[in-house]
Amino acid sequence: MKYIDEFRDKVLVDQLLEKISSVTSKEIALMEVCGGHTWAIQKFGIPFLLPENIKLLSGPGCPVCVTSKKFIDQAVAYSRLKDVIITTYGDLIRVPGSTSSLNVEKSRGADVRIVYSVLDALQIAKENPSKRVVFLGIGFETTAPSSAAGIHNALKEKLTNFFVFSSHKIMPPAMAALIDEGVTINGYIAPGHVSVITGSHIYEGIPSKYGVGCVISGFEPVDILQSIYMLCKQIQENDYRVEIQYKRVVKPEGNVKAQEMMAEVFTLRDDWWRGLGTLKDSGLAIKEKYSNFDAEKMIPVEVEETKEEKGCICGEILKGLKKPNDCRLFAKVCTTSNPVGACMVSHEGACNAYFRFNK
Amino acid sequence: MENNILLGHGSGGKLTHTLIKDLFVKYFDNHILSQQTDSALLQTGSSNIAFTTDSYVVDPIFFPGGNIGKLAVCGTVNDLAVSGAIPKYISASFIIEEGFSLKELDIIVSSMAAEAKKAGVLIVTGDTKVVNKGQCDKLFINTAGIGILDANQLKISSGKCIMAGDKIIINGAIADHGMAIMASRNFGNFKSDIKSDCACLNHMIKEIIDAGCNVKFMRDATRGGIATILSELSENNEIGIEIDESKVPVNENVRGMCELLGFDPFYVANEGKIIIVASAVDAEKVVALMKKNEFGKESSIIGDIVDSHRGKAILKTGIGGSRIIDMLAGEQLPRIC
Repeated sequence: MKYIDEFRDKVLVDQLLEKISSVTSKEIALMEVCGGHTWAIQKFGIPFLLPENIKLLSGPGCPVCVTSKKFIDQAVAYSRLKDVIITTYGDLIRVPGSTSSLNVEKSRGADVRIVYSVLDALQIAKENPSKRVVFLGIGFETTAPSSAAGIHNALKEKLTNFFVFSSHKIMPPAMAALIDEGVTINGYIAPGHVSVITGSHIYEGIPSKYGVGCVISGFEPVDILQSIYMLCKQIQENDYRVEIQYKRVVKPEGNVKAQEMMAEVFTLRDDWWRGLGTLKDSGLAIKEKYSNFDAEKMIPVEVEETKEEKGCICGEILKGLKKPNDCRLFAKVCTTSNPVGACMVSHEGACNAYFRFNK
Repeated sequence: MENNILLGHGSGGKLTHTLIKDLFVKYFDNHILSQQTDSALLQTGSSNIAFTTDSYVVDPIFFPGGNIGKLAVCGTVNDLAVSGAIPKYISASFIIEEGFSLKELDIIVSSMAAEAKKAGVLIVTGDTKVVNKGQCDKLFINTAGIGILDANQLKISSGKCIMAGDKIIINGAIADHGMAIMASRNFGNFKSDIKSDCACLNHMIKEIIDAGCNVKFMRDATRGGIATILSELSENNEIGIEIDESKVPVNENVRGMCELLGFDPFYVANEGKIIIVASAVDAEKVVALMKKNEFGKESSIIGDIVDSHRGKAILKTGIGGSRIIDMLAGEQLPRIC
């Protein structure tokens, strides 16, 4: 298949592995920030192929994983309202809240629907004028523009029953926070899809401030291995920069139209990240101008007190300080069919990927 | 937290297994059920019988490559055939929603008759129930099936004769059925030419058995896809399995749709694919025989039974890496069959 097979070519993979082995023998810890990379790395069995001196850490790039339990609890509370239809990307429905999950509420009769796009949610709103349709806006710069477009379209079409519950976040504050917290990271495999929207400049502060390189990577094995090679080369040459490996998709300036759409609808706010706590200007709130579409403002709801799971070390795993199998719940109490922490739910989550492919 | 049935309990994956083990087997337990084979193996006098049952709730009831009726016959026939039995008799019960089109029912029932004729089975008993509008979705079908089993094939269901060195075979490209259903639900506004692989495989299986090939295990890879079967087989029989990803056929259109929607074809349902474990000596002969059949043209050896990592199925990825093949957790696609 075009654009896939070339990037899974075994000969190229072997050549890259050889180059990686020969470029440096230093002990190197690289973090993939994006959950899509975590998934691909495990799916293709990449850790098994790398030389021993190169360690890959999974970062906080799985949207489901970094979303707070409070957000889930509030979504559960919305789903219990008789006239509300919850529309959400698939993984979120299995994330455990304090005492329930959207999946469980669905089995109790709540109207929870999985959508692949915010446009599906808009369509559901149009078809159900007597219901309030809440779209759960999670994800980074990748999904935020489409949520913004959803709100924009709802305004254009004069929909009064469509709302976004935003937990959208942006990536750079988390990448800086990890280094500030003292996690040893020698290079970032930077998120490809985020960068399609943002361009490469958002990472500029990381090499200049911390001396840590960023290579924006694609998601196929050849992409990931080439990015690892580029990072190793930067480390060997002591020359830390932002580079784009995923050139077939990512432009330095990004997708300007999508950036404008985001800026039109969202404004920065401090936000809470699982494992990292509250990070300044890291979340996206819906601007006052669009508050008619903001579920938080328009649908008052009582939310139960948030209870965090005891023993779950998702936080440390998201920071790359621990591996999933360091957790005493891993594969015993916490499994893909009965996840305790969010990292076990999404197939982009480090625990889930580790459980499915390595346990 | 889960006091209610979730969709995942019907996925054929982990939740289904837990439900079967912790509820059904707990109460129904007996020496036949506890074998947990696809068909129950019964002995009456000197003959052996394979007995199976299944329910069909596929949505939509008409899809490219078949309909709920054809699916019901094929599924039941295949369940018996992979036990090594010759399928003979089928029952068919219909739960119909008030207001359902008689014309559509006619199409479905006639396709069941046609499929049964092709497979050489008789539909010998049945039942009809109609429920109020909204109390079931159009039409659900329940079947049971009986097949005659040669004593030499009793070992096939459990796979207990499998040993290191045996080969794992599949009769063609995976994931067609699941993706055909997905496409026919207009999921993601897809237009595709993907057709379900829904087919009765009993004649192909009979050709292999009649040729005297040493077949040690067979299973149709329905819900949960080939991943669930391979994972189950390795776990239940404490054997190591190694699959070569590059040898598992996936049609281009199916692969494209899986890539776009984030599905792993290894977990997507099939309705005309079987996994066969055969002795190394006979494996090539099995493949050659299957290739002669219309439903086995793309048959190939996709992996080995190995002496290492017992209880686990490992996939050698196309780029030379390796990973575990695990059972499906949660539901991938509800109402796929």
